[in-house]
Amino acid sequence: MTSANFPRRQFLSLTGMLAIGFTVAPAAGKLGGSSAAASTDAALRGNEGDLRVNDPGAADSWLVIGSDNSITIYSGKVELGTGVQTALSQIVCEELHVRVDMVSFVQGDTSLTPDQGYTAGSATIFTAGPVLRAAAATVFQALLAMAAQAIGVPERVLQAQDGKIGIGRNLNRGLSYGRLIGQQQIELTTNQNVAVVNPADYQVVGQSAPRVDLPAKFLAQFEYVHNVVVPGMLHARVVRPSGTTADGNPVALRNATLDSVDSTQAEAVPGYVQTVQKDNFIAVVATDEWAAIQAANALEVTWRTGAPLIAQASLPEALRDPANLYQSGTQVDAGDVDTALAGAAAQVTASYFTPFQMHGAIGPSCGVADVLPEPDPATGIQVTVWSGTQGVYELEGAIAQLLNLPLTAVHVIYVEAAGCYGHNGADDAAADAAFISSVVGSPVRVQWMRPDEEGWEPLGPAMAHSMKGGLDSKGNVVAWDHAVYTPTHNGRPDSLAGNLLVGQFLGFLPEPLPALPTNAGTRNGPVNYDFANNRLTESQVRSFVTVPGTMTPAAPLTWLLPRSSALRSLGGLSNSFANESFMDEMAAAANADPLDFRLNYLSGDPRATAVLQAMAKQAGWEKGISNPGPGRGRGISYLQYENNLTYVAAYAEVDVNATTGVIQVTRVVVAHDCGLIINPDGLRNQIEGNVIQATSRTIMEEVQFDQGGITSLYWDTSSFHPGTQYPILRFDQVPSVEIVLIDRPSQPAWGAGEPVTEAMPGAIGNAIFDATGMRMRTLPCTPARVLAALAAAK
Amino acid sequence: MPTPLTATLIVNGQTRTISVADETEDLLYVLRDKLSLIGPRFGCGVAQCGCCTVIVNGAITRSCITPITEVPAGSTITTLEGIGQPDRPHPLQQAFIDEQAGQCAYCCNSMIMGAYGWLESRIAGGNTAVPTDQEIKDFLSGNGTTPAYDYLCRCGAHLRIIAAIQSAAKVMVGGGR
Repeated sequence: MTSANFPRRQFLSLTGMLAIGFTVAPAAGKLGGSSAAASTDAALRGNEGDLRVNDPGAADSWLVIGSDNSITIYSGKVELGTGVQTALSQIVCEELHVRVDMVSFVQGDTSLTPDQGYTAGSATIFTAGPVLRAAAATVFQALLAMAAQAIGVPERVLQAQDGKIGIGRNLNRGLSYGRLIGQQQIELTTNQNVAVVNPADYQVVGQSAPRVDLPAKFLAQFEYVHNVVVPGMLHARVVRPSGTTADGNPVALRNATLDSVDSTQAEAVPGYVQTVQKDNFIAVVATDEWAAIQAANALEVTWRTGAPLIAQASLPEALRDPANLYQSGTQVDAGDVDTALAGAAAQVTASYFTPFQMHGAIGPSCGVADVLPEPDPATGIQVTVWSGTQGVYELEGAIAQLLNLPLTAVHVIYVEAAGCYGHNGADDAAADAAFISSVVGSPVRVQWMRPDEEGWEPLGPAMAHSMKGGLDSKGNVVAWDHAVYTPTHNGRPDSLAGNLLVGQFLGFLPEPLPALPTNAGTRNGPVNYDFANNRLTESQVRSFVTVPGTMTPAAPLTWLLPRSSALRSLGGLSNSFANESFMDEMAAAANADPLDFRLNYLSGDPRATAVLQAMAKQAGWEKGISNPGPGRGRGISYLQYENNLTYVAAYAEVDVNATTGVIQVTRVVVAHDCGLIINPDGLRNQIEGNVIQATSRTIMEEVQFDQGGITSLYWDTSSFHPGTQYPILRFDQVPSVEIVLIDRPSQPAWGAGEPVTEAMPGAIGNAIFDATGMRMRTLPCTPARVLAALAAAK
Repeated sequence: MPTPLTATLIVNGQTRTISVADETEDLLYVLRDKLSLIGPRFGCGVAQCGCCTVIVNGAITRSCITPITEVPAGSTITTLEGIGQPDRPHPLQQAFIDEQAGQCAYCCNSMIMGAYGWLESRIAGGNTAVPTDQEIKDFLSGNGTTPAYDYLCRCGAHLRIIAAIQSAAKVMVGGGR
């Protein structure tokens, strides 16, 4: 397993090197050439191990080439299992004229990499790609100039390949980058206007380079955070409030407070070390993992139940209840919607609902922390944390506050976990470990068990939508009105202890509820259709009791709903489900073909038209042909991610079993335009993943909770866990997936991590309508819900 | 008090002696914590996902629910580490690489080791047909298998995983290791 003392900053021992600092939002103000240079100077004075500059925001990112020809990318954006390490490397390699296997990638380390914010929002390629491209091109131009001088020829006659520059096509005798650098120490600042490779000449970008991380993962060589081992490390399990429901199922209790702890039985477990208890936080620590599990089970804890949550069954109404709202606003207000609706020949209204859903990492969250009694005299670091977090800096700040230490004393190192799909329990598990380690004085590993993950990870919140539309006598849309109701999608660490689970158990309060529109509940709430009278209003739902008249949590923290945060696409899945289902309802009311109906309102955007037509061609869409077979239907959807990025058109075919209510999605077609494609196969892999995961979210996934807390704590119902659990799509439920990629090399490269997720529920719901004439306006489309809807439609 | 146990096992071809303080300790923790193997992974602890899959005496085994007492002394255990090495990957590992059959790939131990046990036993039983897509889907969904083990993937790499298993099966039925 990983030794936590893995060597870093090997480049520091190089006798010569070429380093480049580059800056990126949002921390650009803290970076810049001068601080990059200062950091480089500081780095050069070090010998090995960690070195940390005093200003925590100024850990600059570099592209470093050594005199030994080593090339290292320092990335604040991290590989979450989506392939960005490979894609970002390709962008660098293109400009540097080297192969992907020639670069190494250091990511997410508060001592080594820049603060590039969270790795989230399908934004890595879009935001970090151009930064790395300009940095790499700046380096290359410098090397080219050095080569021209060394060889004594003009730059224009030089060629570069595989890390060598020379004359003519045979570069065997060319000068390697390392040789050009020699004993020099060179620092550059990115030239934003540097010459870059013409997309027409791309050799690395646009190729399906194999993922650099995958072989190790299949060969049991890959170091997930779950494998991190620190010398002297102990194992801990957190014991969270739990109870039993009226029908005998376990429940992860919200708002409960500690009543009593009896560790007598736990102490008898061989390997038991100690119980850590402070306020409402309890953990047991043992010498090995098995002992920690047994001791946690043996700990006798009683809890006082607290205030009840809003009932799950009442959510569609509760989300709209003015008493539960803390803020409302209008985000889109074109024309005069009310007048247009009043004058419409036909009005269509509908309500949609999506439930709380989980990230559901296949490997539950795990964190390792080593908190020393005093700061290390050489580095000033007292806390080292290994985490699969999406934001090492934001976690660093939160842990510093949790432990009441300066930022400079905390060092967070990213180590990949199981796929997270947003803000899951990774940060919480790491903070658990940090707090426990600070108490026991040894390194501690915290592995959440499956019920910890399902019961306590931050969830994607339930959302409700009230839609109204107006048609004129010719079936044209004259009004569109979408009201969305949502709890927050932003509960990320944000450098606050109160945003971490352990912080909340210790009495820290989370940050105030977000102001409009920063909670991301309206992602893809606006439609790109050209409607003259078009309105989107957002109402934000309180997750916890607030100080009256404010958005600030009241003490003690009292949850009204399960804790929610960023789940893949945030509000986008629910908003697009409502928009694209309702668009279909409008088309049906207008007796129009769903494809033509959409195209009519996108005529001003050739890329939108192209993506819809590409989908229709691949799917074999024919106007007026419905119900491809008994119980079989087809549906489409369209969106532009965040209304100004990646274009997606999707098609789904479903079989509806009218006897069992089971929906089988049989075939999916996606047409996708994210501009310049960096890695076609990596992109296809992402699209397939979005299709399959979002199909699962559409037909199966719903977090179950009673007024005490969450009751779906495992994947499947079993004799041991008889209540409704949280099943996800199985292999025999997966549709075939056909993908049409539209490559636009002259356009910016946009992201693909989330856009297709948003497209799936609409396409599937519209296919169910096509098959049955029945609208599924509530997710997930479970057999029980389908049967109830079929019965109601009769 | 728990009963301690010392046992000798053949793990990936090597004789290993392990000692546990509690004979009810599940095999997963013995492999990971006592033998430092990282192929088998913790996923659910209740045999619902497959992350912990290993082969014990030829049988597909969910190590997270298998107390070490149920693994007789002298048992042969194969983990992801044992079927191939970086310079000589098993056909399943090579096929997963060729098909790029993963994203986070945390789950992939389950499909590789499950398919390894399934295909080896099919071939040993004289069935050298390459399984169809549907047969592979059924196997990975526990349809008609005993126990009815499901194999869960959260990233959505299912189609690539099916393709990789089929591709590897072609090599394995031809005598490829």
